[in-house]
Amino acid sequence: MFLSLAIWVPILAGLVVLVAGINAGDDRKAPLQRAIALAGAVAGFLVTIPLYTGFHLQGAGMQFVERLVWIPRFNIHYHLGVDGISMLFILLNAFITPLVVIAGWTVIQQRVGQYMAAFLIMSGLLNGVFSALDGMLFYVFFEATLIPMFIIIGVWGGTNRVYAALKFFLYTFFGSVLMLVSLLYLYNKSGGSFAIQDWWTLPLPLDAQLWLFFGLLFAFAVKVPMWPVHTWLPDAHVEAPTGGSVVLAAIMLKLGAYGFVRFSLPILPDASKELAWLMIALSLIAVVYIGLVALVQTDMKKLIAYSSISHMGFVTLGFFIFNVYGIEGALIQMISHGFISAAMFLCVGVMYDRMHTRNIADYGGVVNTMPKFAALMMLFAMANCGLPATSGFVGEFMVIMGAMKASFWLAFWAATTLVFGAAYTLWMYKRVIFGAVANDQVASLKDLNSRELLVLGLLAAAVLYMGVYPLPFTEVMHASVNDLLRHMALQKF
Amino acid sequence: MNLEFLIALPEMVLLAGTCALMLVDLRWPGEGRRVTWIMAQCVLLACAASTLVVLFGSVTGKEALGDAGGIAVLYGFKRLFVADLMGHVLKLAAYGTVSLMLVYSRQYLLDRGLLRGEFVSLLLFALLGMMIMASANSFLTLYLGLELLSLCLYAMVALNRDSTASIEAAMKYFVLGALASGMLLYGMSMIYGATGSLALPEIARQVSQISKDGTQHTFLVFGLVFVVCGIAFKLGVVPFHMWIPDVYHGAPTAVTLVIGTAPKLAAFAMAMRLLVNGLLDLAHDWQQMLAILAVLSMALGNFAAIAQTNLKRMLAYSTIAHMGFMLLGLQSGVVGGNWLNAADAYAASMFYTLIYVLMSAGSFGMLVFLSHKGFECESLDDLKGLNRRNPWYAFLMLLMMFSLAGVPPTAGFYAKLVVLSAAVNAGQIWLAVAAVAFSVVGAFYYLRIVKLMYFDEPAEGVQGAPAFSRQTTGMRLLLSANGLALLALGLLPQPLMSLCFAAIKNL
Repeated sequence: MFLSLAIWVPILAGLVVLVAGINAGDDRKAPLQRAIALAGAVAGFLVTIPLYTGFHLQGAGMQFVERLVWIPRFNIHYHLGVDGISMLFILLNAFITPLVVIAGWTVIQQRVGQYMAAFLIMSGLLNGVFSALDGMLFYVFFEATLIPMFIIIGVWGGTNRVYAALKFFLYTFFGSVLMLVSLLYLYNKSGGSFAIQDWWTLPLPLDAQLWLFFGLLFAFAVKVPMWPVHTWLPDAHVEAPTGGSVVLAAIMLKLGAYGFVRFSLPILPDASKELAWLMIALSLIAVVYIGLVALVQTDMKKLIAYSSISHMGFVTLGFFIFNVYGIEGALIQMISHGFISAAMFLCVGVMYDRMHTRNIADYGGVVNTMPKFAALMMLFAMANCGLPATSGFVGEFMVIMGAMKASFWLAFWAATTLVFGAAYTLWMYKRVIFGAVANDQVASLKDLNSRELLVLGLLAAAVLYMGVYPLPFTEVMHASVNDLLRHMALQKF
Repeated sequence: MNLEFLIALPEMVLLAGTCALMLVDLRWPGEGRRVTWIMAQCVLLACAASTLVVLFGSVTGKEALGDAGGIAVLYGFKRLFVADLMGHVLKLAAYGTVSLMLVYSRQYLLDRGLLRGEFVSLLLFALLGMMIMASANSFLTLYLGLELLSLCLYAMVALNRDSTASIEAAMKYFVLGALASGMLLYGMSMIYGATGSLALPEIARQVSQISKDGTQHTFLVFGLVFVVCGIAFKLGVVPFHMWIPDVYHGAPTAVTLVIGTAPKLAAFAMAMRLLVNGLLDLAHDWQQMLAILAVLSMALGNFAAIAQTNLKRMLAYSTIAHMGFMLLGLQSGVVGGNWLNAADAYAASMFYTLIYVLMSAGSFGMLVFLSHKGFECESLDDLKGLNRRNPWYAFLMLLMMFSLAGVPPTAGFYAKLVVLSAAVNAGQIWLAVAAVAFSVVGAFYYLRIVKLMYFDEPAEGVQGAPAFSRQTTGMRLLLSANGLALLALGLLPQPLMSLCFAAIKNL
């Protein structure tokens, strides 16, 4: 029941927001719509809390399962459930949504209702992706999230928003239609079942596994995004409004990585092992090459976007070294990146709202006028480069440990991220925050208002808590990850 | 007394009703021909009622609709005419579509002085043609229905006789249509020569007995090529698509709405009757032809649509691509002589056609709605900033565009899903991959419409939806229902899917 609530409460709230403004032109109902949106987002978070408190740590199987017949003609079910792998993402998503609503409170002045509704509907759909246990239900949610994001980027985005929105949509659409064919193939081979758990035990010859792996890879690699299909991400991030960037980085990128653990690894274990070299190579290219690319960016949002790609390279690396450190580390890294990237984009948003530029060169000496902001951003910058006692450290450390078990050189190249990450993040931080006050605009900056302080403060608490005491996050995934690894050890043909 | 002619009750009701309607129209032309319009809707209702009477009259078992086993297939007029579930479903869909068209087109025609009685009577006669095609059990009946439908459509395209574009479109349509009919007849005569019969069941029996490598088989395949050409022309798939963009563009939008929707149901029925009822044993041959037509249509339709600046032309090319997609289902029925997949595949095509008609009616209906006196909503730029002026209609159009692009949770996605599933089950993975790749190309131009409506500011001199008035209330409601139906069918596609499956099982 809680999973259904997590999906439908935000969606219904979004529809209520739309209806509230249906006959009022020119945003006359905006205050009411904001209030409904916030209430809906908070309610959406509250209904997910029982998912954590009621979770059985020893259970490796699916929990909170709901199963209704949806389309009997194709044996499609409304089948929901979470295990230790997916549960935290629902919480993360539900946690981020109210923050996005608050962050857009005054910044968005045009078509407020549509903005808030788009985020709420998307939040519900994303919960659906993480809890779907039916392949077609997963696909429906996976694809449906494109519509609100397309609108968000295109309507409230920057100057080049149309290009970015179309590129975002077409890239991901292309990836996912190939997944659709793969899902239909699995449906056919399994004798007419769309249940993901049935597919896990489906025997498949190696060549079929390899084809399916590539079919799914397109969908997930575009979403993650992995090098070389990452090029949509910097465009989408730069043009999207702050809230859009936050959800894109914190949640949407996780869909691709989640797809690997939910589909590729358990359904196609042999192909995954066969092609692990490829995935590891692509991941390392993302970590090292994209890290270097991030170094030379002049636009703050672009820099953080590239840093996201680099961090997600760590995630895919962790999955494809097939040990418990790697996979858990990758999952922890996904959660942590959800907090940190959200916070970094919000920081850029805070500055952009005041200065209307994202160019690093236009800043300098912000600490003099915005001390509170500078302190918080310091924390997030440190977390972004993986400083111990922040959440960024835990995941990266675990992945590097896992990589070390696999091979020294793997660990070596993965560890370069600590250097590059520190380089691009701290160099940007230095240029923006420290130094003499660069110009009159910086001199007249106002420090954080209470709303911004609340949003960034909550994220800072999350980043620190997870960095100091990660056990609550790791303990829920142990059973499921061990089960996944046991399952993968068996040959399927 | 032999009552078997009663299975044609809907056709008889429609014929009588339309004849009466022409007289009524002469007697009470009135302001805006309100009487004619209301009477036409009543005639459609009577047709629907009589179709249901025939349908429930043919129920023999208990589990009637759930499983087609409980419905008898009835023949009449010396087996020239058949009444089965597929025919009934297609007819009911056609009544619904025609009824929608009457509502959608009324204000448009009134504003342009095109509101004449002919429009209604031609439309209803065209409907009669479609119904005859849907129930044809012989080459003769089918041809009769086809010509009735086509002649009415030719005349309707030329409805605006002062517009040279319309006249040109009508001429083009007529000449090419006549050519296609000629080809179809030629193919039929070949098949008649090989089998000695015009009745579809008899042809099917003969074809199954003709050996695979004799002269007669060559003869049959020769005829088949021409039959497929005829069908391809009526569906408008590449390379028989030339007329589609010009006719869609040249005809008044209200007529484009007519051509772009219900006749697709009839064309589907024609393909089913000829290829499946009559020539299923030649499936191996015609499936290859359809596969080529399908791929070409999806490729050309989607790529050419990108280059269009005129909305009607763009939707015309989109029709070509969609009909190609629909053929993908038809061509995946029989795999190596195995018919296990057949019912699924044909049901998928039928579902696709029904959903396409709904989407097409909605999107052309929106164009009709946004055009008003002295302003044609035709160019892409006319949709700019629609979200600013009319958020609700922009939202409906958004649903239609995402549905045409095949993005869940809209009905268009399930239409694509069932067809792709049929192709994958038939082992044609590469065709499925090609189809989805072309649908990504297609997504671009549908997204461009969403972009124009949502991301752009309204252009100078473009007006939004007409001011709220009593005349358009019906249209507003139906258009909203049409758009929301796409969402509703996207959330609950099951009933329509099983209905299509039952209909095909009943063949």
